[in-house]
Amino acid sequence: MVDFIQMVVSGIAVGSSYALMGLAMVIIYKTSEVPNFAQGEMALVSSFFAMMLLTTLNMPVYLAFFLALVFAVLLGCFLEFAILRRAKDPSILGMIVITIGIEMIIVGFVSWKFGAEQKTMPFPIGPYDSFMFGDIFISKLEVLTLVAATLLMGVLFSFFKYSKLGLAMKATQQNSTAAKIVGIRTNQILMMTWGISSMVGAVAGLLLSPVIMQPYMMWDPMLKGFAAAVMGGMTSLPGAVVAAYMLGIIENLFGGYISLEFKSVVAFVIIVIVLCFKPSGLFARHHVKKV
Amino acid sequence: MDMKRDYYEDVRLISSPVVGFWFAAFLVFLYLFPSFVDNYYIYVANYIAINIIVVTGLNLLVGYTGQISLGHAGFFAIGAYGTVILMTKVGFSFLLALPCAALVAAGFGFLLGLPALRLEGPYLSIATLGFGLTITQIIGRIELFGGREGLHAPDIVMGPWIIDTDKEFYFLLITLTILLLLFMRNLIKTRVGRAFIAIRDADIAAQTMGVNIVYYKTLAFAVSAFYAGIGGGLYAFVLKFIDPEIFTLMMSIMFLSMVVVGGLGSMMGSIVGATLLCWLDLKLRNILDIPLLGDWLETLSKSWFSITGVSNIQFIVFGSIMVFIMLFEPLGIYGIWLRTKRYWRTWPF
Repeated sequence: MVDFIQMVVSGIAVGSSYALMGLAMVIIYKTSEVPNFAQGEMALVSSFFAMMLLTTLNMPVYLAFFLALVFAVLLGCFLEFAILRRAKDPSILGMIVITIGIEMIIVGFVSWKFGAEQKTMPFPIGPYDSFMFGDIFISKLEVLTLVAATLLMGVLFSFFKYSKLGLAMKATQQNSTAAKIVGIRTNQILMMTWGISSMVGAVAGLLLSPVIMQPYMMWDPMLKGFAAAVMGGMTSLPGAVVAAYMLGIIENLFGGYISLEFKSVVAFVIIVIVLCFKPSGLFARHHVKKV
Repeated sequence: MDMKRDYYEDVRLISSPVVGFWFAAFLVFLYLFPSFVDNYYIYVANYIAINIIVVTGLNLLVGYTGQISLGHAGFFAIGAYGTVILMTKVGFSFLLALPCAALVAAGFGFLLGLPALRLEGPYLSIATLGFGLTITQIIGRIELFGGREGLHAPDIVMGPWIIDTDKEFYFLLITLTILLLLFMRNLIKTRVGRAFIAIRDADIAAQTMGVNIVYYKTLAFAVSAFYAGIGGGLYAFVLKFIDPEIFTLMMSIMFLSMVVVGGLGSMMGSIVGATLLCWLDLKLRNILDIPLLGDWLETLSKSWFSITGVSNIQFIVFGSIMVFIMLFEPLGIYGIWLRTKRYWRTWPF
């Protein structure tokens, strides 16, 4: 029983970072229908930016993280403005190819600049500090991730539900022509969406980087986050979060009880099975296409 | 622009004697090519030919049928492992093992095509991506497949002919490539090919016209996987050694980018795209050896970047090519060619 609870707890902790990545992808997909494969690398470059500030300029951690988040917002806005907006033929395949291209460019630059060897972010909480509740271990970093993720989700939900900007984003997604007519600058809205999403992803990146930092570190969280977003329906914020925690817990239980070796792929098997029965994900209404 | 006046004109392989002449000349060149160059370039040609096979298959799926696949490295791996295992453990000859392994890959393609019937866009891309990752993971854990250590490819023996050099393999490979390309070209011009294109343009409309979507979509996946399987089987003999680390997500992405860079829905595009990107891939791995650019990059790396990371510059180049092609010419190199042709046909007006 202790084992079981331990696995669920670590599953929830892993799920938080998937949830953040998943949220970031959903935010972009909701407004602009772009499945953003560059999400992980946008977070990656922000984390490396924070590390550069910490190691070369000896900044305090809080300032460096804050600047990294600002950098992430600017990066997101820049990518939307400079590249995505210029796409001539915005088909879904074209968008996938463009974001994969951006992703490769960023990976190339990051590994050119920082090398491929593994590093860790100098962070006040080390990866091995942990709390004990009875017999259950949970590392302080995981607690921090969980808290940050929950806080951020709360802010995002209320932002999209109540704030004027959030409503404008919703309007842009539902009918951009009508949104333009009532005076919403849809171009700016899109740019802001990319900024916000990039920042959410960067939070996940920053929280992962005290454990390990290398140019490919965001691949796995990004793909799992994407899987969670797809499973949750690609347009539903709570759906992505629920699916991310589900994936995290199932993955850990599978690793504990059935096979540790196939732990990392079980999420994709679940995805394929879920999509067989619910082709638009668990939490989205099925989209009926017209000829 | 080229007016087609009847059906037979449309399906004709060689549209005019001039084209026929160049076609024949190119074939002769392909078969004489190994006599002039040294071994490295034959290896490069083999590498390119294999990629052309896979990319043509993927283009059938992506460019002609309008589906997305980020899992072709999985089919490629099935082909490679299948061929080697059928030859070493079961004792098939090469010419039997290769199509058998490719048929296994096609079977998996059919299976992947089933969920794909109801999926599109990001849903389809994550499903295929997951398939590719899962296949490599599974192969890496099974003892029969050599696990993490990988497998050695045996020599190919066909009667009295033992193929153990790149040059001998080149002749076999180039013949297979030409046959597969001809088959694909003819497939696209038939009823089946037109059904694929109809599905790409509007699948519901195609269904109302009587195109059996279930049959043709799964067929597109199966044929595409068959080509990837053949490519993988041949690749095992170019590398002489396979292990699961080769068949990464990056490989699937490279295949997709070759299709896109060459041009969606164009066979010439696939050939050019695969050739260009493979050549760049091999060239950029030792970019520091290129005369002027190499020195400049070295000083740049020393002052601004880390010198160990220069080999990653190929990612930057590929990424930029993909982004720029998509931004400025969504039809890829084939689109550029079409525009140039149109411009010069009416020149100087």
